[in-house]
Amino acid sequence: MTRERLLNAALVLALFAVPAWALWADEPFTITLATRAVIFALAAVGLNIALGLGGLVSLGHAVFFGIGGYAMGILASHAQNYTPIMEAPFLIEGTKSMPIIWLVAVLASGLAAWLIGLLSLRTSGVYFIMITLAFGQMAYFFATSWPTYGGEDGLSIYVRNGFPGLNTLVPIQFYGICLAWLLLVLALNRALMRSRFGLALNAARQVPDRVRAVGLDPPRLQLVALVLSGAITGLAGALFADLNRFVSPTMLSWQMSGEIMVFVIIGGVARLFGPVAGAGFYVLIEHWLGGVSEYWQIFLGLVLLLVVLFGKGGLVGMIAGARK
Amino acid sequence: MSPILLAEQVLNGLQSGVMLFLMAAGLTLIFGVMGLINLAHGSLYMVGAFAAATVAGLTGSFVLALVTALAGAALAGALMEVVVIRRLYARDHLDQVLATFALILIFSEGTRWAFGSFPLYLDTPDWLSGTVQLPGGITYPAYRLALIGVGLVVGVGLWWLNARTRLGIRIRAGENDREMIAALGVDIGRLYTLVFALGAGLAGLAGALVGAIQSVQVGMGEPVLILAFVVIVIGGIGSIRGALIGALLVGLTGTLGSVLLPELFKLFTDASSAATLGSAFSSMAIYVLMAGVLIWRPTGLFGARS
Repeated sequence: MTRERLLNAALVLALFAVPAWALWADEPFTITLATRAVIFALAAVGLNIALGLGGLVSLGHAVFFGIGGYAMGILASHAQNYTPIMEAPFLIEGTKSMPIIWLVAVLASGLAAWLIGLLSLRTSGVYFIMITLAFGQMAYFFATSWPTYGGEDGLSIYVRNGFPGLNTLVPIQFYGICLAWLLLVLALNRALMRSRFGLALNAARQVPDRVRAVGLDPPRLQLVALVLSGAITGLAGALFADLNRFVSPTMLSWQMSGEIMVFVIIGGVARLFGPVAGAGFYVLIEHWLGGVSEYWQIFLGLVLLLVVLFGKGGLVGMIAGARK
Repeated sequence: MSPILLAEQVLNGLQSGVMLFLMAAGLTLIFGVMGLINLAHGSLYMVGAFAAATVAGLTGSFVLALVTALAGAALAGALMEVVVIRRLYARDHLDQVLATFALILIFSEGTRWAFGSFPLYLDTPDWLSGTVQLPGGITYPAYRLALIGVGLVVGVGLWWLNARTRLGIRIRAGENDREMIAALGVDIGRLYTLVFALGAGLAGLAGALVGAIQSVQVGMGEPVLILAFVVIVIGGIGSIRGALIGALLVGLTGTLGSVLLPELFKLFTDASSAATLGSAFSSMAIYVLMAGVLIWRPTGLFGARS
């Protein structure tokens, strides 16, 4: 495992060094690019809990990403227009404060994950993939045809939301917030992998019958994993919407679900830093190939195909070798 | 709402259901025989539509366009199977989803590169451009009626192929026990390529047929792909009969939902918010149907019980 540790250390170093260099070289666009990578990594760390640890192939994680985004959009748009969200039976007003937006995003996406999990964990295998995809489409079509919050056009906000003591409009400060979240969630994920819950979940993926035999209930473990996973991806969605100061149904589209899954797979499933490597790599080639050709997604498709067909264990697996 | 309008909507629902069946039949066959989830099935639909639009533009013959769509998509499918898909049979569903997602990116961007971003148009042939008078005073476009007919003919053809021919016996045997039929001397690799090409050809045909009523453009395959997945999940994966029933259910729910739900909401609220609510909920209706079926029967209506 030492090579994986070295790789992880190098990735953490890069997370600090790249923006530090960009700040020194006065390249604010690089910082924005890095912020995008960090937020995608956070969303993918969320998915990795369900996918890597729980073995739940969810093709509907854009739901949680989008709910997080809309939590930001709805709260902030009400605050900027000075209109309350709800007056009766009690008054709820919008807010431009990031901590409250995060809390709402996490709660709302966690709740959605709980509801989706209750229904979809009755199935398994391909049916699970398809039913999560269907829930994703349900949310997508609802958002496009519901005019109150912009429908297909989405919602823009004028100014990025605030965090006490920071000026979030300065790219490096907003990057700091996102990076802090990523590192915190990675630490949490590491603790989770080693906890009794993580071990039981891992066992439920590999030998569900034995887990049942010792008195644990695999679907309940998986439900908890899905809720955690959805809540983290929802948080990432709120940050992503804040980065762009815009949220639209695209965040709920199934291509988004596919992309979040691509981050995890390119990086390495069930590896702690897999999503970080994957999201970083994705943003890098998106930027690099996007400059080379208008049709860069052909090359992205080829790279992805090669990684799936021939690369065992994604980038982390290829560099650090198979897991012991 | 008048009964005539309702009857027309039922016909529209049947028409879209039957076209979904062409997509879903291939998907369910491929899943049933090879155990493969193919997200790139929508790309084959697109390939069929582009092939048809190109040939129709060059020759002006609609029939020739359809034949090209069928053959072109089958060829593209066979190529896809030989180069990529056959490496995925032994992999888990996750790898299959990702590899075929990658194929979508390659096909979509490749088509955009070759044909540009502007939609192509495929006209319905002159001999099917009018309307037909049906019993009960219903006038209905001849082309859409022909689509229903084509779908039913393909359905019967597939049933015949599956139940009455040697290839059908091999396909069914392949679903049950692939080692055994390989041991009996059937070239399983060739059988798989053939089944994949058959499914691809049907998808291409559907793309060309629908392309004549909608526009032919990059990304046209994915919405249909997802609906086809909903269909096979409702019908039970691997069952052609399930695919037919599921396709009709989804087609009718989608079409009738968008007509009836706003009417239903009018009973409770004013007209404008009824229209809003109706369109919001009718776009979700088929997914609600799917979730309902899966909760009631986790392996679909005609799926194998585990």
